[in-house]
Amino acid sequence: MNKVFKSDDEKADFNENKSRLSTRRNFLKWSSAAALTAFAVGALNPESLSARTAFLGLPIEPIRQGAVDLGKGDFGVLNYAYALEQLESAFYTQVLATPYSGMNSAEREILTDIRDNEIAHREFFKAALGKKAIPALQVNFTSINFNSRDSVLKTAHTFEDTGTSAYNGAGQLLKNPEFLLIAGKIVSVEARHAATLRDLLQPMSTFFSGDDITDPTTGLDPARLPAQVLPLVAPYIRTPITANRLPQPKN
Amino acid sequence: MDNNKSLLETIEPDYISEMTARREPIEKAKAMAGALGTTIISFGALAGTAFGQNNKLPGKIVDVLNFALTLEYLEDEFYRTALGSGGLIPRETQDVFGQISKHETAHVNLLRSVLGSKAVAKPNFDFTAGGAFADVFRNYQTFLAVSQALEDTGVRAYKGQAGNLRSNDKILTTALQIHSVEARHAAMVRRIRGEKPWIVGDSRGTLPAPAQAVYNGEGNTTQGGVNIAGLPGISSTVASQAFDEPLTKEQVLAIAGLFIRK
Repeated sequence: MNKVFKSDDEKADFNENKSRLSTRRNFLKWSSAAALTAFAVGALNPESLSARTAFLGLPIEPIRQGAVDLGKGDFGVLNYAYALEQLESAFYTQVLATPYSGMNSAEREILTDIRDNEIAHREFFKAALGKKAIPALQVNFTSINFNSRDSVLKTAHTFEDTGTSAYNGAGQLLKNPEFLLIAGKIVSVEARHAATLRDLLQPMSTFFSGDDITDPTTGLDPARLPAQVLPLVAPYIRTPITANRLPQPKN
Repeated sequence: MDNNKSLLETIEPDYISEMTARREPIEKAKAMAGALGTTIISFGALAGTAFGQNNKLPGKIVDVLNFALTLEYLEDEFYRTALGSGGLIPRETQDVFGQISKHETAHVNLLRSVLGSKAVAKPNFDFTAGGAFADVFRNYQTFLAVSQALEDTGVRAYKGQAGNLRSNDKILTTALQIHSVEARHAAMVRRIRGEKPWIVGDSRGTLPAPAQAVYNGEGNTTQGGVNIAGLPGISSTVASQAFDEPLTKEQVLAIAGLFIRK
């Protein structure tokens, strides 16, 4: 099935290289996490960040089976979005499978709608990417207490805020204007989710677009690059992801 | 797992050459950090030297930004007038509308700073739309209805212009950062009005008939050639509400024009 290699020796060389490369890639992953501490804005998860910085400079674990590379160009960016939508849809599926105590009917309706919207986004990317699509990712929600309304809603709005910032930052990386338009169609729905979840936590306050997320001087939501977003979501994705071939911003 | 299989099957030549290039990780990390440092968009970056020469902004971008500025002028004056109309906005939503108003003022200032001398002047507004909403600053429900229509229109307006800003990544990104804030506003006002925060089909919900133009086309369920409603387990309702739709400049001006004095 693999036509790239002519002999087993070449294949062995390949695997060794792959392992070394992965070490470099992991190094970059942690390096970008360090850069993140200097430039980050908005809703960081302090726990995940400190867990990450603890690894800085230490030897990296050897490659795990099945590292997923997002790819390059527009398809790489779309796979990046597909990965985020996989994470979000898996999260809300779990939220509704094991509802927190005290979930009322209004909250259930909102969370069901959001789950369904995220599934629609996920399935769209899967269909649009076709053979270029990354496989299904395994998630890791062990840090989330699904029985706690507070834990669920805080995680939910953080995912939505992060997703919104990810689309805001990814627009400039897309070459095809049709993809840019579709990203725009999705990001405003993510922002609607974020505002709604925030309002569930602090009703009728400024929090739906609070000064912690929307810059009060400029009135702007954050925009983050993949190198800034991936460390934020990495604690929740078990499948190792590499993103080194994604487009870089011009300046 | 089939992860390995699909990875191996999709290996491309440049991936292999990348592997043998043995680039120094430190150098790459430095480059990445540099890229990060210049990518966070800030007011300073926009108003600073990068955009100081607004005379050099292409006419197409100036047109889009002035179009956006006109909408922001409209929203900004609308909320400032409402917040100044004693007894209109009840105490329970004062914080919400204060926050929205603050953002619209910030958007006006931001766009004016980018446009510099190219910025259009603020039009004269008539928020009653020639009498159609005569009590807009006396009747809270009328105010809320106009607010929702303006916010949902704003989201669609920015979305429709993103493609026209592609020649300038900083301005494109800034427009997207405004766009998502308008979507937060829209969701919140819709919640206050008892509507779902997202747009279902092309429904204007409980808004009056003249607002239908704000929602026409929102019922689209095909994206990039993919029939979302035909995907497994996805209803046409979800297929429409999961994606917001753009409006053209002409469509937006037909709506916003109702509030602009000739």
